[in-house]
Amino acid sequence: MADSPDLDIDRVAQLARIALTPEEKTAYAAQLGEVLKHVEQLKQVDVSNVEPTAHAFAVENVWADDVAEPGLPVEEALRNAPAQRQNMIVVPKVVE
Amino acid sequence: MSTDLAFSSLAQLSAQLAAGEVSSVQLTQAVIDQTTAVEARVQAFNSINPEDALAQAKASDARRAAGETLGPLDGIPVALKDVIAVKDQPLTASSKMLENFVSPYDATVTEKLKAAGAVLWGRANLDEFAMGSSTENSAFKATRNPYNLECVPGGSSGGSAAALAAGEAIATLGSDTGGSIRQPAALCNVVGLKPTYGLISRYGLAAFASSLDQIGPFTRTVEDAAMMLQVLAGHDRRDSTSFKTDIPNYRAALTEKQGPWKLGIPKEYFGEGLDPEVGAAIEKAIAFYRERGCEITEVSLPHTEYCLSVYYIIATAEASSNLARYDGIRYTHRSAEAKDVVDLYYKSRAEGFGPEVKRRIILGTYVLSSGYYDAYYLRAQKVRTLIRQDFLKAYESVDAILTPTSPTPAFKAGEKAANPLAMYLSDIYTIGVNLAGLPGISIPAGFSSAGLPIGLQLIGQPYREADLLAVAHAYDSAHDWNAQRPNL
Repeated sequence: MADSPDLDIDRVAQLARIALTPEEKTAYAAQLGEVLKHVEQLKQVDVSNVEPTAHAFAVENVWADDVAEPGLPVEEALRNAPAQRQNMIVVPKVVE
Repeated sequence: MSTDLAFSSLAQLSAQLAAGEVSSVQLTQAVIDQTTAVEARVQAFNSINPEDALAQAKASDARRAAGETLGPLDGIPVALKDVIAVKDQPLTASSKMLENFVSPYDATVTEKLKAAGAVLWGRANLDEFAMGSSTENSAFKATRNPYNLECVPGGSSGGSAAALAAGEAIATLGSDTGGSIRQPAALCNVVGLKPTYGLISRYGLAAFASSLDQIGPFTRTVEDAAMMLQVLAGHDRRDSTSFKTDIPNYRAALTEKQGPWKLGIPKEYFGEGLDPEVGAAIEKAIAFYRERGCEITEVSLPHTEYCLSVYYIIATAEASSNLARYDGIRYTHRSAEAKDVVDLYYKSRAEGFGPEVKRRIILGTYVLSSGYYDAYYLRAQKVRTLIRQDFLKAYESVDAILTPTSPTPAFKAGEKAANPLAMYLSDIYTIGVNLAGLPGISIPAGFSSAGLPIGLQLIGQPYREADLLAVAHAYDSAHDWNAQRPNL
């Protein structure tokens, strides 16, 4: 575990794709610093030879037969898109 | 009469409907009237649609008149937490991000309730995206506790708990990721059941932390919880973590299984931070079971002190991943200020998410980021294994585990809003159950001297809800805490 939780709030905000105001950065850095200090206690636990648990019960891949089934109609699937045209979602230009 | 209907148990109303003593329209109207009378103070719902509810009730009465009833829930008004999809109805998750979202399909639990004839009524408020313990983190309104309007109802399913406690529904659905059904149930004097992970399909539930989330019912009695679970439980191929298991007759099990049971009391749950009045109420419940011939033994869950840390790493990590989908492209909210597509992500997410959601996405992103993954996330998953093993070891010698649900009764609104860690501590007795994937139930167990409800938590073995409900029913059917209605 990291020696002292050093939270580069700008880097994390960038990874999370959230624009934070300077006030939010200060507040979150302080609050998260406290939470990270609290979770430092996990260092005390001996986890050698312990398998990680991703799910409480063993989860296996579920396979379905490759058979077409009715799905959401296009207009329903696009119903909540903020901008659409000709059965497609409109986004800002990605490539110049 | 009308108010009495709105506060009756599901079991009783189901019998009255079957006997023709009351119609679904009368019952639904009683619930609507009660909502009209109290909702301005309780603020349990994000949206309601009385005409739609009455139309469903009318259809139910017509079915019954034609002798085609759909079962014990036919005609019963049930409200859903506003994270569960109902086709053509809003689903906001109490977030600006989904303020104008309308569900294009039904969640599996919604399909099941519709097939059972329930009258789907009201979208219950919550902490935004189910992140919180007080229902103050909603983007739209802060729900209040019907037993004291200055206090919080708990969270994140606070709207579902408060609506039921205030007579604004006969049963409600919530979701529980770290205690979000059981803690508000305890604070609002109702029954809240979080089933074993995988027993109820998560299809159509807006995801928070997928390895922990579970849908469950709020009801007035344990018998009502059994009736709801009967309809909700079962394998669903649309949820890849849904579990294949036989579904017993839960209601019949309440009387078939009489005990006496071996009950474990985890010593780690009775230490520092437990309110003395809550502790005293739980001691009385322990005495009740002892008098009934149950064997009470102390058990140890030695990794309890690590639950909160493990939970806040795993839950935020999964949340940061699940909530990546809200990017301004597909789901309603899109920033009008963006200059390119990447800027669109940044600004839409900044505008759409509230402070607690941002805080958790940031923490989750951090613990998953390169250089920290092993130290935080992987280590937390390993400690999760130890937490789960603690419970399974305890079940070698006991049938169920008995604890307080919440360390304190309801706290004042605003009291913990500025301190995330203090807020997180109100889930201290409930999160281990989610980490281990176990079933847990909170049932009313008394009141504090200030008149605030206290909840008793019983924790069962995986997929043995029938046994857990029977243990809970023994206490619940011998007490009438739920007869004490809020003074609204």
